[in-house]
Amino acid sequence: MRRPARALRDDGTAGPPLDLRPIRKAGLRGLITILKERWDRPVFLALASVSLIALGLILFFIFREAAPILRETGLSGFFGTHWNPTGSPASYGALPMIAGSALVTVAALVLAIPLGFAAAAFIAEVAPRWMKDVAKSILELLAGVPSVIYGFFGLMIVAPAFQRAFGLSTGRTALTASVILGIMALPTIASLAEDALTAVPNSYREASMALGASRWQTIRRVTFPAAFSGLIGAAILGMGRAVGETMAVLMVAGNAPQITASLLRPVRTLTSAIALEMGETAMGSTHYHALFALGVVLLIIALVTNGLAEWFRGRLARKHGR
Amino acid sequence: MVTQDGATVTARSIDATRDWLERNLHSTSIIETERFGFFYGREQALREVSLGIPIDGVTAIMGPSGCGKSTLLRAFNRMNELYPNTRAEGTIRFLGQDLLKADPVAVRRHIGMVFQRPNPFPKSIFDNIAYGPRVHGIRHRAHLAELVEESLRRAALWDEVKDHLKKSALSLSGGQQQRLGIARALAVRPTVLLMDEPCSALDPKATDRIETTTRELAQELTVVIVTHNLQQAGRISDHVAVLLAGGVLAEFGSTRTVFASPFSEQVADYLSGRFG
Repeated sequence: MRRPARALRDDGTAGPPLDLRPIRKAGLRGLITILKERWDRPVFLALASVSLIALGLILFFIFREAAPILRETGLSGFFGTHWNPTGSPASYGALPMIAGSALVTVAALVLAIPLGFAAAAFIAEVAPRWMKDVAKSILELLAGVPSVIYGFFGLMIVAPAFQRAFGLSTGRTALTASVILGIMALPTIASLAEDALTAVPNSYREASMALGASRWQTIRRVTFPAAFSGLIGAAILGMGRAVGETMAVLMVAGNAPQITASLLRPVRTLTSAIALEMGETAMGSTHYHALFALGVVLLIIALVTNGLAEWFRGRLARKHGR
Repeated sequence: MVTQDGATVTARSIDATRDWLERNLHSTSIIETERFGFFYGREQALREVSLGIPIDGVTAIMGPSGCGKSTLLRAFNRMNELYPNTRAEGTIRFLGQDLLKADPVAVRRHIGMVFQRPNPFPKSIFDNIAYGPRVHGIRHRAHLAELVEESLRRAALWDEVKDHLKKSALSLSGGQQQRLGIARALAVRPTVLLMDEPCSALDPKATDRIETTTRELAQELTVVIVTHNLQQAGRISDHVAVLLAGGVLAEFGSTRTVFASPFSEQVADYLSGRFG
């Protein structure tokens, strides 16, 4: 049984009437009390460390497996324009994949950003309560669909449609991948943009409306500018989603490692190159190291986009004092 | 102001508007409510309020917390309906026209508002003032600059900010931000200015400046102010409406008369500070 804490001094000695020292018992029981009170910090620290350690290990191994490429092809060899690991002589230029990823990502964002921002504006500013809830759950549903399903949809519906529409030899093109990726990035962009718009204080909207601005003028001239950093953050995170997507792109992009600006031709992205080829390489071969180096490129893109997005989103929070 | 066919014309002087009112409506009330009631969902905030806001002077709306005084004020520029599930009954006439059937955007162009808490946009001082005119289609830089200066002068803020119009409005003090809010509302040249407890977040000195500005503005346009500060109402208002719990209008008349000899006992209690 714990005795009630004795806060008041009743021994008649001089000193403050309230004793604020922690109540501690001596010996083993004291130690147990301390452990009972203080168990939380080390435990949470350990749990938090697990994810940090995992990240560290991933980084370490990917960099370690990628490093030999510097010796084997050199930096200029790795950033060459031809990727042909099985040819003779073999070439390991990563630019086709970097260009492929960039093309597909940019085109996906061209599609997803306007749609995502418009959806966010609708949900945050226009829709009545019930429609807001419905729209948000649709977005969540869209985000929850496994990527292979998107790939399947692209392969069976979108690719044949584009093949017919543009008279192509194959419908598996950068455009197909962009459309699918755009749909996949849409929920990320829309829901984060909606957060950013919702964070704009209502007093701004009221001030604008009271001056005789229409709802649309208020959105365009007050709410969007006030939420700008958050919207940029949303777009960047959507970009991260598009760059990192593997399965759906692999299924619909056509996977030809070529540098092209045409959306109607097949491209191979960083992610699909790794996924496609890793199974067929000998461990420790140049090809193997080159694929890890692709992974490093991807990782750097992901870290930079995430860092930027967090910075922008944090800026929004600071601006409105939240 | 709004003409009979609803088209907008440039703001007339208060004298021209008064003439028009007297000649056409045989009245001096710029806004008239008739058995006006207002509901938030099922809760009734105002009950059968009938009053006429005189075109001249400052009209104060007073009453204890939750009596609906802000609701009445915000009904005049249709701001209440930005909340979901609201309903109005009765009529409000503005220059003889049915305010509740008008286009709210046009109404707000002519009936401006200053809010309880200063709420400048996160833009420069200039862009804050120019916002209203820009929304109404004024693009010409020189014209905008003219309106900005005029509005800041009328709000007694020009001398303090004229050298840094490009600075963020958020860098101003609370009192300055509130005068910026007044200037911003004036920039669209409204006929009526509504003020919703504009001094409740300010210190006495800033309050004094707002009160002086308000008195001066009342020479040029109609001012309606919500306040729960009895001294303030006594200092700045010419007419006073007192609402009591349940959104009932208990008293309406010239400030001197109402303060000296209130008609209802409850209002007398309220004015003597016994509740509120």
